[in-house]
Amino acid sequence: MAASVLFDEPGPRTRARHRLYGAALLLVIAAFLVWIYLRLHDEGEFSQRIFDDLSQDNVLTAIGDGVVATLKAAAISIVLAVLFGFLLAAGRLSDHAWVRVPSRLVIEFFRAVPVVLMMIFFFGWLAVNTELETQRQALIAVVAALMFYNGSVLAEVFRAGINAVPKGQVEAAYAIGLRKGQVLRMIQTPQAVRYMLPTIISQCVVTLKDTSLGYIITYQELLREGRGIAEFIGNNLTVFLVIAVIYIAMNSVLSALAFWLERRLATRGIRPVETPGLGAEDGSHTTVG
Amino acid sequence: MDAVRDNWRDVLYAFGLTVEISVLAGVIALVLGFLLGALRVSPVPVGRAVAAVYVRLVRNTPLLLIMLITTFTLPVLGLRPDINLNDWFGIDSHNRMLNLNFFVLCATGALGLYTAAFVCEAVRSGINSIPIGQAEAARSIGMTFGQTLRLVVLPQAYRAVIPPLTSTMIAMTKNSSVAVGVGVTDATFQMRKLNNDNGDQILQIFVTFAIGYMILVFLISAVGSLLERRAAA
Repeated sequence: MAASVLFDEPGPRTRARHRLYGAALLLVIAAFLVWIYLRLHDEGEFSQRIFDDLSQDNVLTAIGDGVVATLKAAAISIVLAVLFGFLLAAGRLSDHAWVRVPSRLVIEFFRAVPVVLMMIFFFGWLAVNTELETQRQALIAVVAALMFYNGSVLAEVFRAGINAVPKGQVEAAYAIGLRKGQVLRMIQTPQAVRYMLPTIISQCVVTLKDTSLGYIITYQELLREGRGIAEFIGNNLTVFLVIAVIYIAMNSVLSALAFWLERRLATRGIRPVETPGLGAEDGSHTTVG
Repeated sequence: MDAVRDNWRDVLYAFGLTVEISVLAGVIALVLGFLLGALRVSPVPVGRAVAAVYVRLVRNTPLLLIMLITTFTLPVLGLRPDINLNDWFGIDSHNRMLNLNFFVLCATGALGLYTAAFVCEAVRSGINSIPIGQAEAARSIGMTFGQTLRLVVLPQAYRAVIPPLTSTMIAMTKNSSVAVGVGVTDATFQMRKLNNDNGDQILQIFVTFAIGYMILVFLISAVGSLLERRAAA
């Protein structure tokens, strides 16, 4: 943002004026935050007692368990979503209408349905039709919902990535006698991965965030554990803020990884594909730099 | 289908509440998002940083957590808004669409604040998509940053912003389902309720509600393409 085209490089007087605006803005925001902090502090939030309670061994263990459960659900979901997405993308690129059309319908359906709705459905279905223990059912429901949703989003990413591979590559592969499946597997996919990698990692952030929806179906992930801890030590807000910091830390690491990869690939002239329209939270893939 | 047919009124009201939450949150998100987007490209460095930090924090925090924090913070601050229009209109039969209770308002506000970050990014990418020459020409005839943005860049960016904003609004409507986590009786809540009472019809109930959400998604994307076509003309 060094040289924006929207305004001239400011001179000394304009810079001074901008500093004044900036200071005023910061002052307003700081005043607002301090007001909230003081009000909450008066009501007993952020007190030493709460942090003492939070640093008990069993509380720390619970937070650790929550982080593990969150990461576990996210990891399984993303792996399955990548596989599912790849299958769907291959179906979507098929030459046969009877494969292409159903693939497309599946993608459109799962991108349009809220993840929470899917989780509640899977959880309810498992409760009625299986004898598994509740936590296992909840994990499966979380993973299934995230797999179907993210798989469908990723399918469109994969399709865009595969289409981004220069046509000459495919033509050359056919010319030396490779079959359709071989071209997809050996020529298109390995190259497409470079276009897709940053987007896939951004999607990991979405998945990690969305595991928190397991809270609604009582999956014991980080947020649920946080709620338990909140009840245990009799404080909600401070506990939830601590949980928020943990989420932000985990996601920032992933975002930074995506950003770094994007930069690295950009030096080789590779522009990552974007998360396509419908159902994606925002049109752009870029992490905020 | 019996479970849905027997409770069609509840199902409709539940979807009505979902629409209400989405519309209100959409207004908050668009207003705040455009302000943040303008800050994000402004010549004031602090303004750019504030918008960037806001977007980064919100993007990395789960929506449900933001909703929970809102519902737990406001009462401590002494704020417990509750607008029950049933009382205002003196309606005895309790209608959930008219009961904008504390949890509905919190969930709506949180959804609006969350979505604003994505609106901000959509606005920014829309502004960045306008050819450099436009802004340069505006500046060269002596326009200030505000004038350049208001008179030259934004009217053109409007068109570029519509597709990403449409998908942001769709995502927001789907995200309104997260409000069940803080006790809002929207469409998703209604599905869970029907599920609990009708274990034998879970699949049919799910498909019905999924279609309901798909209709909402379809309507938003239809409005989006309409606006896009109008802007192109």
